[in-house]
Amino acid sequence: MNEALYPIAVFFAAIFTNNILLTNYLGMCSFLSVSREIKTSVGLGIAVTFVMATTTILNWMVYNYILMPFGLEYLRFIVFIIVIAAFVQIVEMIIERVSETLYAALGIFLPLITVNCAILGVSLFMVIREYSLITSFFFGLGSGLGWFLAILAMAGIRQKLARAKVPPGLEGAGITLIIAGMMALAFMGFSGMINIA
Amino acid sequence: MAKGLVKKTFIAPLGKDNPVFVQILGICSTLAVTNKLENTVVMTLGVMFTTALSSFTISIFRKLIPARIRMMVETLIIATFVIIVDIVLKAYMPDIWKQLGPYVGLIITNCIIMGRAEAFALNNKPGLSLIDGLASGLGYAYVLLIIAFFRELLGTGTLWGVQILGSWWTNWSIMIMPPGAFFMLAIFIWVVKEVFIKEESK
Repeated sequence: MNEALYPIAVFFAAIFTNNILLTNYLGMCSFLSVSREIKTSVGLGIAVTFVMATTTILNWMVYNYILMPFGLEYLRFIVFIIVIAAFVQIVEMIIERVSETLYAALGIFLPLITVNCAILGVSLFMVIREYSLITSFFFGLGSGLGWFLAILAMAGIRQKLARAKVPPGLEGAGITLIIAGMMALAFMGFSGMINIA
Repeated sequence: MAKGLVKKTFIAPLGKDNPVFVQILGICSTLAVTNKLENTVVMTLGVMFTTALSSFTISIFRKLIPARIRMMVETLIIATFVIIVDIVLKAYMPDIWKQLGPYVGLIITNCIIMGRAEAFALNNKPGLSLIDGLASGLGYAYVLLIIAFFRELLGTGTLWGVQILGSWWTNWSIMIMPPGAFFMLAIFIWVVKEVFIKEESK
């Protein structure tokens, strides 16, 4: 494939064919608990996309410029999680100072993000697949948007579902997982559209 | 009193307080590693090791950890044990380590471990926390093993890589793919809720 187009291919693959939630099952906890309303899932989706794109770059730099030269790759778990937690904390403080309305809209979601496994997962995938800096950025951004798309679709379906009659044993997590399964089936229709190694 | 408490601590996560099908925690790895029985066993052992020892360690230091930064401290303790798991797997089972990929590292963000640390280890003695952590790990492990059993058997006709179903069996490839994981877990939760939890509440 054309070298210059590779990051773009990774970007679209991360959204559709290799959706972080529907094919790699990352970020399920908040996906199951926060997808009840469209409004909250939009807030969380934006926050996740932003944090994912930025922490992927930060972690790429830390991994390639600090950990690799000193042979400390095995410390990556601890270092990545510290970078993510610190970054989220800083963003929270900045948003609080700069904009009250933005803080009211996104503030409550930020602490949730530190424990969202999708964020750490994207950084770990980036290391395993040995992406370049540019590709990592597009991978992070695409994964975030893919996650956003999935939770938004789920919230839309669940709002309609509130009026449906669900077997008592399936209420809550059960039916959400079944819908997620159907969404995963639908997303499998995208496979073959983009092939990246 | 001690004996009864120990027993109660041990039993609860296996049944009515099960981390997976009651509290719906740790779903990511429940779905991701259950396509092969072999991977599942390795993964659950890693999670059990981490939950038990991190609960134990956090409980030892519970009076020293400042409340404001306790999440950070807990995460660091958990990450330390996950690094041990990662290094051991990489050294002794490189094939499985490769297949599990990022999911070993993602044990850190497995909500079960953090949940036990927050809800139990911070308020209880080390010995009891160790048992609670171990039992939560076990509660997680057996659910995953049941799901992996069905997914591998129906998806490839094998168990532990050994062919079980004969040539008459058409593989349900969907079972080892992502949608199968979602459906299988949903069905599991459904059956458990309908059959067992309903009986208890009567």
